[in-house]
Amino acid sequence: MHNSGDVQVPFGPQHPALKEPESFLLTLRGEKITASSVRIGYNHRGIEKACEERTYIQDLYLIERICGICSHSHSTAFVQAVEEIAGLVVPKRASYIRTLIGELERVHSHLLWLGVAGHEIGFDTLLMYTWRDREVVMDVLSLITGNRVNYGINTIGGVRRDVTKEQIDETLKAVDLLEERTKYYIQIGTKETTIIKRLSGVGILSPKDAVKLGAVGPTARASGIKRDVRKDDPYAAYAELDFEVITDDKCDVYGRTIVRLKELMQSYNLIRQILKQLPEGPITVKAPRKIPAGEAVSRYEAPRGEDLHYVRANGTDKPDRVKVRPPTLANVQAVSKMLEDRYLADMPIVVAAIDPCFSCTDRLILIKDAKSKNNKVIPWEVLHIQSIEWYKGKGVDFSGLNKKLAAKF
Amino acid sequence: MLEENIKLELEKKFSYLKDKIIIQRPRRIFVEALQDNLFEVIDYLVKDMGFLAISALTGMDEGESFGVIYHLNREGSILLNLRIHIPKNNPKLKTVTGYFLEADAYERELVDLLGIKVEGLAPGHRYPLPDNWPEGEFPLRKDWKESNHA
Repeated sequence: MHNSGDVQVPFGPQHPALKEPESFLLTLRGEKITASSVRIGYNHRGIEKACEERTYIQDLYLIERICGICSHSHSTAFVQAVEEIAGLVVPKRASYIRTLIGELERVHSHLLWLGVAGHEIGFDTLLMYTWRDREVVMDVLSLITGNRVNYGINTIGGVRRDVTKEQIDETLKAVDLLEERTKYYIQIGTKETTIIKRLSGVGILSPKDAVKLGAVGPTARASGIKRDVRKDDPYAAYAELDFEVITDDKCDVYGRTIVRLKELMQSYNLIRQILKQLPEGPITVKAPRKIPAGEAVSRYEAPRGEDLHYVRANGTDKPDRVKVRPPTLANVQAVSKMLEDRYLADMPIVVAAIDPCFSCTDRLILIKDAKSKNNKVIPWEVLHIQSIEWYKGKGVDFSGLNKKLAAKF
Repeated sequence: MLEENIKLELEKKFSYLKDKIIIQRPRRIFVEALQDNLFEVIDYLVKDMGFLAISALTGMDEGESFGVIYHLNREGSILLNLRIHIPKNNPKLKTVTGYFLEADAYERELVDLLGIKVEGLAPGHRYPLPDNWPEGEFPLRKDWKESNHA
């Protein structure tokens, strides 16, 4: 505590209001935040380094695991860069399928966000409703790709699975249902006084600051910045599809909510167009195992904003450098600005409103034995054994259960 | 073509950029510059050509030197990738946060992962490595192998 009456409060890295580890140091005067600083990196897993030691195909699956929500965004951004270097022209049908999965992913991500936002403001009914509806799109993703997350649909030169007539019919049915539900949420979002009052004027980011701080995605668009990679730098099938870039001039959390809700409607529209215009033909072209020397920068409009991948190839089957700049790293820097002069109680929703994803952002978990101070990295296997022993010490033993399960399957 | 105009304008303004600008495809320009010229080129790009935002900063180990690419974008559309090389024996950069506030985290990545010193960076937390990460270990350098540390 200082003489001025300012109090410094650490917030995180583990905190009930945060969904992932990140740490803020807030300076409070009374209930108001006067200054803040953010420390991230708790989820750093060294994926960029790991990519240099693996083949392009292995990297594709590794990169897809950067994030459990926008996994398709990362794998598409990466694969596009590799295809550009190798000079591969992806078949049209494959581009459309990639776009389809991309939009389905946006729907699931935005619905997920809406639920989290509801939860952060104490409106848990909204969380229950939206997450129930989100299951509809998760089922569609699982139907088309075989997976709920980490879809594994991309490969270098196209996609791995085609879509069937039945899958198209199911998807269209699901989109109709989700559209109805989203209309209802828009109605709630625009009419329900408690939502409007709770979110309006909270977490202000002026258009000028949005540009100056490099905000991306719905965070920037809710500050009136009309920036969307799908329009500005079209990739996959977006150049052939008709859609609107949603912006809002409220510059606050409420604006960010409206932008995401309206973007859902655009996504339904896009999915219908894709399925109607889906060209016939092959879904993949043969890709070389060794990628010729070269470099490319690929951009992708992930649900949270621009995802940028830089790949440099050296003529071998492994890349020389893979760089990932996920949207949250661009947006997190705007959070301090949004928190300025706001109440402590606004902190969770302001942070949630950029829809942060720190798995994406931090990309090496290094666990060290703090007691021995010998700075040795503890291997995964040892950690696993230690955790089993720790639970045994507490009287919980899963080894019998594991054996039973193993015998059953 | 817009990209062509940008190339011509840059070549006209900075004669040393002649033959150093490649338009790889629509909306992708690669520019090679010397470290000494970096700030005058960035200054011109920001103030006169509208490259107001930096999308990312890529650092890489090139053997004898480090390569650093500033990925600048104009209205979200054209991406200009400005590359410089800095000597490995004394890797130093000056911060570009004076132009792009968001470059702070990107520059800290260069500090942590490649061991490039960035002069002028505001005091703050390190990123992305843990606070107790051993000194002098820079994982993105090519001679750094995970197996040596396990």
